Amino acid sequence: MSGKHTPVGGPLFTRMFAIALVFAGIGVWVLARRFMSGLGAVSNMSDGYPWGIWITYDVLVGTAIGCGGYAMALLVYIFNKGQYHPLVRSAVMTSLFGYALAGFSIFVDIGRYWNMFNIFKPSLMNFNSVLLEVALCIATYVVILFLEFTPAFIEGAKGPDASKGYNKIMFILVAIGVLLPTMHQSSLGTLMVISGDKLSPLWQSGLLPFYNVLTAILMGYGIVIFESYLSALAFKRPFETPILKKLAGVIPALLVVYLVVRWADLLMRGALGSAFTGVPALMFWVENILMVLALAMIAPAAKRASGKNLCLGAFVLLLGCAVLKFNMYIVGFNPGQGWRYFPSVPEIMVTLAIVAIEILAYLIFVKKLPVLPAPEHV
Amino acid sequence: MERRDFLKLTAASGLLVAADALPARASTAKALPPDAVGLLYDATLCIGCKVCMVGCKQVNSQPGGALWSEGMKAPPYETIGGQPLWDAPADLTGRTLNIIQAYRGGAGTAKDDVNGYSFVKRQCLHCIDAACVSACPVSAMKKDPSTGIVSYDKDACIGCRYCQVACPYNIPKFEWDQAFPQIRKCQLCRHLEAGKFSACAESCPVGATVYGRTEDLRREAARRLALRPGDLARFPLQRVDSATTVESKVARYEQHVYGLHEVGGSQCLMLAGVPFDKLGFPKLPEKSYASKSETIQHTLYKGMIAPGILLVGLLFAAYKSTRDHE
Repeated sequence: MSGKHTPVGGPLFTRMFAIALVFAGIGVWVLARRFMSGLGAVSNMSDGYPWGIWITYDVLVGTAIGCGGYAMALLVYIFNKGQYHPLVRSAVMTSLFGYALAGFSIFVDIGRYWNMFNIFKPSLMNFNSVLLEVALCIATYVVILFLEFTPAFIEGAKGPDASKGYNKIMFILVAIGVLLPTMHQSSLGTLMVISGDKLSPLWQSGLLPFYNVLTAILMGYGIVIFESYLSALAFKRPFETPILKKLAGVIPALLVVYLVVRWADLLMRGALGSAFTGVPALMFWVENILMVLALAMIAPAAKRASGKNLCLGAFVLLLGCAVLKFNMYIVGFNPGQGWRYFPSVPEIMVTLAIVAIEILAYLIFVKKLPVLPAPEHV
Repeated sequence: MERRDFLKLTAASGLLVAADALPARASTAKALPPDAVGLLYDATLCIGCKVCMVGCKQVNSQPGGALWSEGMKAPPYETIGGQPLWDAPADLTGRTLNIIQAYRGGAGTAKDDVNGYSFVKRQCLHCIDAACVSACPVSAMKKDPSTGIVSYDKDACIGCRYCQVACPYNIPKFEWDQAFPQIRKCQLCRHLEAGKFSACAESCPVGATVYGRTEDLRREAARRLALRPGDLARFPLQRVDSATTVESKVARYEQHVYGLHEVGGSQCLMLAGVPFDKLGFPKLPEKSYASKSETIQHTLYKGMIAPGILLVGLLFAAYKSTRDHE
């Protein structure tokens, strides 16, 4: 992943940085309580809802946001669209943060964290378990992402041409780096199949793996656009409109495929009977309206011409996909027997802390390392 | 985007999951293990005395029991407002593996009637195709190949709670209030020496819960369903093959052995005079959700062939692109 990238520079300790630091601090305090007194002391998770927002947001949505690197690698290296090359490195970096922090969230969420390396013990591995595949695949992918991002460290230390030799093996990393998310993002969908009719028929489907991997790719493109726009604003750099406008052209086709398959599946399974009562039904419509809205905002080429519209469309897309993922894991999940779940304040604070850590790391990395495309090349 | 590219993109992103759309391979239901054991609970005989709950808690708080922890001084009683008067759990929890609950409908006067009342016992049913066993990434939930008892190994468990997501009966419980938590569930008193058997069945004074080989339990359940309501009949105590029996008036049974076919069947079975969905037991299909999940997973990953082919294609494409870009 060579090309011309430069550090943004500028002072590190800004107001944004300070705010993020405060949120991270609150999260550390909550986690101290979690490790001393147990998960019940800080979270509203229960025997009915054993998975809350730490899994749904920090892992499921977090890794999908972290699919920028995957989605861009797919486009640049697998479909050979070299013109998008300048966007790859920052996308890989965001992916690295997203996945590393998802790994951290899993560590926080699992009850018996000191046993976590059991997933690597061949004698204990259960190959019937979808979760084993997810865990091994995500763990490997964090390493691959780190290796994919390594040229930025090399160039940061030794100058722009120092990574040439390393780039010779980049194609291997890229290929594995596309395979692994395809595997674990689909498995993150398969994960809920075993919950059977505890998951509403609006979401329970043999096609869950397909929905989850496709929306992860969509979120990958969405986050690349969204992040480019925000970083252009934050660092007062030119917005890379022409290239992003072209990139956004990939989204409508994928979104149409998603919507057609999703609705054909709903109709064929006769699932729409559940679509008119209760909170899950409401969220089902929110999810689908956001998806259609995103399509309407991104599909017409004229609307993509403005950077602001494009960013807004990408945001609605991210929101729609995130709502789908929340619906799959929490909203549509009903264990019966009167169980309820809504995240507690400390639980939300941990999630906010993880977002804050992501922002902190982003600010440090883009200011100190050659990550963002050099302005004259845009 | 060109049409050809679009097709390629869709194909690549969907390759692994497209296999799901193929006709599912005939998945044969799992067979009952050779020496499968379990419990038969008959709600029409149950008097709601909860002695089985007392027995369960005491026996499982002994070393090796399913409630036992190192350094434990007393069984983990669940008292109301911290007053140590009596054990009063409202539901199964990390401290209660077996519970008798009551159903009440209408006036609640006649036993075993939809408009009356019924007791119901909840504990692990020891499924033949157990979802928790299928779900657990680290084999902490295991099904004994001979007795079929579904057991838990805390030294393997990572505390991910996927077993809880997977179980159709919400049986595995997590210790939310512990810094070093475990999953707790009925393990059919497998820690007891040979010859001893489940504490709940052993302590039941009326034969509402009996322990035995699942095949015998199935036969006994069928015998009871064939009895004529109102007649006097004899029911075994403690064990299904016990010589000690009690005489009781036959109630009007729901013609349904719960656990015989639900999600592939379970080793513990239940009879009642009230439909099971009213007693909190869901209507479930005969095919287990675990087998659906495994069919998808094994179709995609069998011998790692599909991922292998995909990787070769990706390597080729990435190599070509890298050279083109230079």
